[in-house]
Amino acid sequence: MNNIIIYIALTFLMLTLLAGLIRFIKGPSIVDRVVAFDSMTITSLVVIGVIAYLSNRAIYFDVAVVYGLLSFLGVIIVAKYIQGGL
Amino acid sequence: MDYVKLIGEIFLMMGSFSLFIAAIGLLRMPDVYNRVQTGTKASTLGAIMSFVGIGLMAVDHWDETNWIGRVIVLIVFIIITNPVSSHVLMRAAYAMKIPLSKITSVDKLKEDIENKILEEPIDE
Repeated sequence: MNNIIIYIALTFLMLTLLAGLIRFIKGPSIVDRVVAFDSMTITSLVVIGVIAYLSNRAIYFDVAVVYGLLSFLGVIIVAKYIQGGL
Repeated sequence: MDYVKLIGEIFLMMGSFSLFIAAIGLLRMPDVYNRVQTGTKASTLGAIMSFVGIGLMAVDHWDETNWIGRVIVLIVFIIITNPVSSHVLMRAAYAMKIPLSKITSVDKLKEDIENKILEEPIDE
């Protein structure tokens, strides 16, 4: 196995997703939940990048770009709704 | 070529470790503002380093597909959007009047509102 470092990095990324999920479940306010969701999204972008490397497909990066754009729009809309702008 | 791949793997390792530290901070910080700080700033650094690592690891594909261009687009995209969403979330949390933690000593936005430099964020 010549790519054992990649699997160790994937282990760290999965632990990151788990910690974000714990904060998402027990966060006291809505901003905590949005921040946990945002952090999980960034981690998922990195996971998509690693999967694109492991399966040799550059088209997966387009999926990552669109997913990041949708997450950014979601965070902006939720924050605007909290502030009373919508 | 193997050295470039090894450097890329080290970058990916450091980036994922930085993301992990960001998640630990997300679990342990005392109030909302600190959590927003750690949850977006450290994860921005981690994501940038991870994508630099992924772009360096795929050294065999640099000529066939447009691999490195897509990685650069993703990095620029993360650099632009992530601080903006953090800033907007902070303002929303301040407008909701979520209390600061007990050990907070500096509140610059409150001082600026009292000195009429900035307006207070609206909460209708």
